Amino acid sequence: MTDTPILQYSFLAPILIVLGGAVIGVLVEAFVATKRRASIQLSIALFTIFVSFISLLRIRNLTSAKAAFNSVMIDGPAIFMQGTILLIAFFAVMIIGDVDHFTAQASAVPGSEEEKSAVQTGRQQTEVFPLTLFAVAGMLLFPAASDLITLFVALEVLSLPLYLMAGLSRRRRLFSQEAALKYFLLGAYSSAFFLFGAAFLYGFSYSVTLAGIHAAVIGGTANNVFLLIGLLFVSLGLLFKVGAVPFHAWTPDVYQGAPTAVTLMIGGAPKLAAFAMTMRLLVDGLLPLAIDWQQMLVVLSVGSLFIGNLAAIAQTNLKRMLAFSTIAQMGFMLIGLLSGVSNGNTLLAANAYSSAMFYVITYVLTTLASFGVILLLARAGFESEEITDLAGLNQRSPLYAGVMAVCLFSLAGVPPLVGFYAKLSVLQALLAPGQTGGLILAIFAVMMSLIGAFYYLRIVKVMYFDQPLTATTVSAPQDVKVVLTLNGALILILGLVPGGLMTLCAQSIVKALGT
Amino acid sequence: MNSANYLYLSAMLFTIGAVGVVIRRNAIVVFMCIELMLNAANLAFVTFARINGTLDGQVIAFFTMVVAACEVVVGLAIIVTIFRSRRSTSVDDASLLKR
Repeated sequence: MTDTPILQYSFLAPILIVLGGAVIGVLVEAFVATKRRASIQLSIALFTIFVSFISLLRIRNLTSAKAAFNSVMIDGPAIFMQGTILLIAFFAVMIIGDVDHFTAQASAVPGSEEEKSAVQTGRQQTEVFPLTLFAVAGMLLFPAASDLITLFVALEVLSLPLYLMAGLSRRRRLFSQEAALKYFLLGAYSSAFFLFGAAFLYGFSYSVTLAGIHAAVIGGTANNVFLLIGLLFVSLGLLFKVGAVPFHAWTPDVYQGAPTAVTLMIGGAPKLAAFAMTMRLLVDGLLPLAIDWQQMLVVLSVGSLFIGNLAAIAQTNLKRMLAFSTIAQMGFMLIGLLSGVSNGNTLLAANAYSSAMFYVITYVLTTLASFGVILLLARAGFESEEITDLAGLNQRSPLYAGVMAVCLFSLAGVPPLVGFYAKLSVLQALLAPGQTGGLILAIFAVMMSLIGAFYYLRIVKVMYFDQPLTATTVSAPQDVKVVLTLNGALILILGLVPGGLMTLCAQSIVKALGT
Repeated sequence: MNSANYLYLSAMLFTIGAVGVVIRRNAIVVFMCIELMLNAANLAFVTFARINGTLDGQVIAFFTMVVAACEVVVGLAIIVTIFRSRRSTSVDDASLLKR
C-alpha cells in the first residue's frame, strides 16, 4: 500500500526557498559581526522573498497539482494567494527594515543596565528578519495545505514567530511583552481547539485529507455528531486568526502593544492566509454542510460588524481603533464567504468567494499603508499611536497625510477608492438573485458602515483641520517613501480600475471549484 | 474495553483544560492547561486510529507532540521574559493595555 514518496520540489519551491532563507538568517545572526548584521539580514529577507516569487511565477499555470504525498495542493487560489502574500511580505519587510523599532536585546530586563549598554554599544539583535521569514513560510503553506496535519503544522509555523515578534518593541517594552503573552496564550488556546476539532473530523471520516472528508460528508453514513463537533472547533481555530467576533479579544491588545512594524505584519498577511484556509476548508472540505456553516458565519459577521464598529468609536488610541476597525472589516468579508451557496445551488459560489477574496486583499493593502504611516511618525523617538499625534499632519507632511487619507476613505468605503468596490461586490453577492434572506443582513451591514465612516473621517478631520502639536517634519528613508506612495496609489488605481484584480480573483476561484 | 470510553476521557481532559485556561491566573498553569487540551486531542486521534485500524491518527499524534514542544519553547520564553521584568506570572497583573 505504500507508494514511494515523491516531493515535487518545483511545486514546493516557493515555500522551501523562504524556509531556507530563514535558516540562513539564523546562521547570520549567530556568526556575522553585530554592526553588519542588520543590512545583511534585510538583504537576505528581501532577496529570499523575491526569489520565492520568481519560482512561484514559474508554476503559475498549474490548475490542480498535488505535491508532497497529497499533503499540499497547488491550485489557482493557492498560487494566487501565495503570490499576494509574497508581495505583501516584500512591502512589509521593506517598511519594517529599520531595526530601530526593535529591542536591542529581547532577553534584557526593560530599563536595566544590560539593555542600556546594548543600545549604546550598538549590539542590536536582528532576529526579527528570520522570524518574519518563518512566519511567511507558514503563511505560504497555509493556503496550499490539503490535509489536517499540514494545516495544523502550517498554522503553528505561521503563529509561533508572530507571538515572539509581538514582544520585540524597543519602546514601551512592558506593553509589548504583555501583548506577546496575551497573543500567545489565546493563540495556543485556539490552536488546541483546532486540533481537537481536527481529531473529530478524522473520527468522522477516517481520512485526514480534505478530499477524503468531503467524500465522507457526501456519503453521509458516518457519525454526524463527530462532524459537527469537528466543524465547530476547527472553524473556531481558523476564525481566531481572522479575528472575527467572538474570537476577537486578542486583536486590540496585540495591535496596540506590539511594535507598529509587527502590527503591520500581524494585521496583514496572516489575514490573507487564514481567509484562504477557511475558504479551502469550508468550500473544498465541507461544502455539502454549507447550510450549517453559513448560519454560523451569519452570527459571526453580525457580531463582528456590530462590536467592531461601535467599539472603534470610543477609542483614542489609533492602533486600537484600527484593530476594532479590522474586526468590523472582517465581519464584512465573512458576508462574502457566507453568501456562496443557496439551497444547495453552487452557481453563485464563484462570484461570492471571489468578492470575499477581493475584499480581503484590498483590505490588507490598505492596512499596510495605514500602519506604514503610523510607523513613520514613530521615528522621532517616541511611539506615535494616539489619534491626536496625527493632528495637522497635512502641514507637516502632505504626502503621508494624503496616503493616510486615501486609506481611511477606502476603509470607510467612499468611491472611487478600492474599499468601495470591495464592499459593493460583497453586497452584490449577498443580494444576487437566488439568495434568500440577504436583504436584512445587507441593510445591517450598510448601516454599520455608516457608523464606521464616522470614526474614519474623524481622523481625516484631525489630520487636515487641527493644529499640529509639533512642527517637526516627517522624514523617512527613500525606499519606504516609495513603497508607501506606491501603496497609496495602488488603492486609488485599483479603485478606478478594479476589473483586473476582480478577474484574477474570479479566475482563481473558478479554477478551484472546477465547474 | 470499549474504545468509546477513551473518547469520553479525551473529552473530559479537554474540558478540564479549556475551563482551566479560563479560571486559572498563573500564566504557567494556564499554559499547562493548554498542553492538557493538546494531549486530549492526541488521545482522540489515537483512539480513532485504533477504532479504524489506520495509522494516520497515530502519526498525527507524533506531529502534535513535536509542535507542542515548539510551543513550550516559545511560550516559556515569553513567560520567563515577563517574569524577569515584573517578578510575577499572574495574567491579571499583565493588564497595562486597557480592556
